[in-house]
Amino acid sequence: MSSADSLLSIRNLRKSFGDNVVLDDVSLDVQQGDCVVLIGASGSGKSTLLRCINLLETVDDGTVELDGVELTDPRVDADEVRSRIGIVFQAFNLFPHLSVLNNVTLAPIKVHGVARAAAEQRAMQMLDRVGLADKAKARPDELSGGQQQRVAIARALVNSPQLLLLDEVTSALDPELVGEVLTLLQELSEEGMTMVLSTHEMSFARQVADTVCFLDNGRLLEVGTPEQVLLAPREARTQQFLSRISF
Amino acid sequence: MSLPDAGTGWSPSDKQRERISYRRSRTIRSGLTAGSSTLVVLAVLVVGVTSSPGWPRVRDTFFSWPDARHSFLPVLQGLWLNVRVMLICSVLVVIFGLAIAILRTLRGPIFFPLRLFAGAFTDLFRGLPLLLVLYLLGLGGPALRLGGLPVNPLIWGSAALVLTYSAYVAEVFRAGIESVHPSQRAAARSLGLTYLQTMRFVILPQAVRRVLPPLLNDFVSLQKDSGLIAVLGVIDAIRAAGIESSRNFNYTPYVVAGFLFVCLTIPLTRLTDHVAKRQGWYGGGGTATI
Repeated sequence: MSSADSLLSIRNLRKSFGDNVVLDDVSLDVQQGDCVVLIGASGSGKSTLLRCINLLETVDDGTVELDGVELTDPRVDADEVRSRIGIVFQAFNLFPHLSVLNNVTLAPIKVHGVARAAAEQRAMQMLDRVGLADKAKARPDELSGGQQQRVAIARALVNSPQLLLLDEVTSALDPELVGEVLTLLQELSEEGMTMVLSTHEMSFARQVADTVCFLDNGRLLEVGTPEQVLLAPREARTQQFLSRISF
Repeated sequence: MSLPDAGTGWSPSDKQRERISYRRSRTIRSGLTAGSSTLVVLAVLVVGVTSSPGWPRVRDTFFSWPDARHSFLPVLQGLWLNVRVMLICSVLVVIFGLAIAILRTLRGPIFFPLRLFAGAFTDLFRGLPLLLVLYLLGLGGPALRLGGLPVNPLIWGSAALVLTYSAYVAEVFRAGIESVHPSQRAAARSLGLTYLQTMRFVILPQAVRRVLPPLLNDFVSLQKDSGLIAVLGVIDAIRAAGIESSRNFNYTPYVVAGFLFVCLTIPLTRLTDHVAKRQGWYGGGGTATI
């Protein structure tokens, strides 16, 4: 794989918080339409990697390129970059003071200058896509966790992002609700959305991932197809991690 | 309550009936206890005060009905000034307080002077007694005799109120802004909203909602402190009461003014309670991560 034809290209990324090195020399390429799944123990750097791609953290070294443009260049317009990358968080992070519909239309109206009527029409399409068109007028706290997370996904999709980042989006949900979110993600992947996601759902990773990456202590220890990494891991550390998880 | 429901065919068990009647008897008993203890306390207070040796004198000086009747209208007219001062000052306090609070939360080296100014402003005016600020501005300001500056003590007095209360209100707003979880900022920025858009559409609406009860509390306080501008010679309710009182050395007009101030602030305090209670339902709870 070369960085020339990949949508997202990460080279020698390094990030530390004080003395704690969270990402150490991470390099990764994501092709258009790929689904890349990050696995690894809590604290291995999965979330930080996603936050670095979205410029929510400033990197200490290395580069991140999206579609040939270096995002880590400090001269780049971070707000413009973020509006091309969707991110969904573990804790949903919906805006509690806005209705479901307004959560979805906020960015199109304020960032992209879309007229309200057009933005609402598109938002309704997105909510319909995630199966929640009937909840448009509800407030986030009136929804279940799975519904809130699906709204968060609709909110990320409405900007038509080139890349969708998902940070342990099912970790705060009970097992029954996990299914509805994962099904949605699988459909999105099949429709060709490029996604990078971190998860502890190994069976889901196996089904949906084109590439699985195992992160350990900030280092990208193993990268390969789901069959390679999940079923026949090379590294002892990967074997150890996977042996503790049943899937 | 737990009444038999025709629809479901459920009727309370004997155990539940017994619990209901027990709870009812407890409620009645608590009501009786509260009522009688209130009566006893009131009786002790009234008897204690009225049986004191100086009571007749105090009654004539503070609670004289004819004086109250004569002073009521002038004091009420004075109060109208307090109301106007309070309304105008409230609007200005919200604007200045919010501006100062936002200045204090700005990041980046270029804003250092603004942050410093905002910090010094709140430190200074939260520390200075309001009375002192009133004297400094109300007497010092016009004495500068600068052309263009107003000489009206009403304007200077209101300015002193605005400066002092802006400092308090700014801190209330700042507490609200900082109470919004950082993940909200991350979510907004990740959608491409700029710093100011994030502030305007995501942080401030949540922050203001959270601090509404303490904010209204500050306005109750502003309402009565508007009476302090009397020291500048403006004829407000307190000053009017002073004039009436000096006619025949009777303090009843002050009591009338005090009564009117309480009547003025009660609606706002009730509103504050109401908002705080609603907040408990809709805002107070919730996890730190939403």
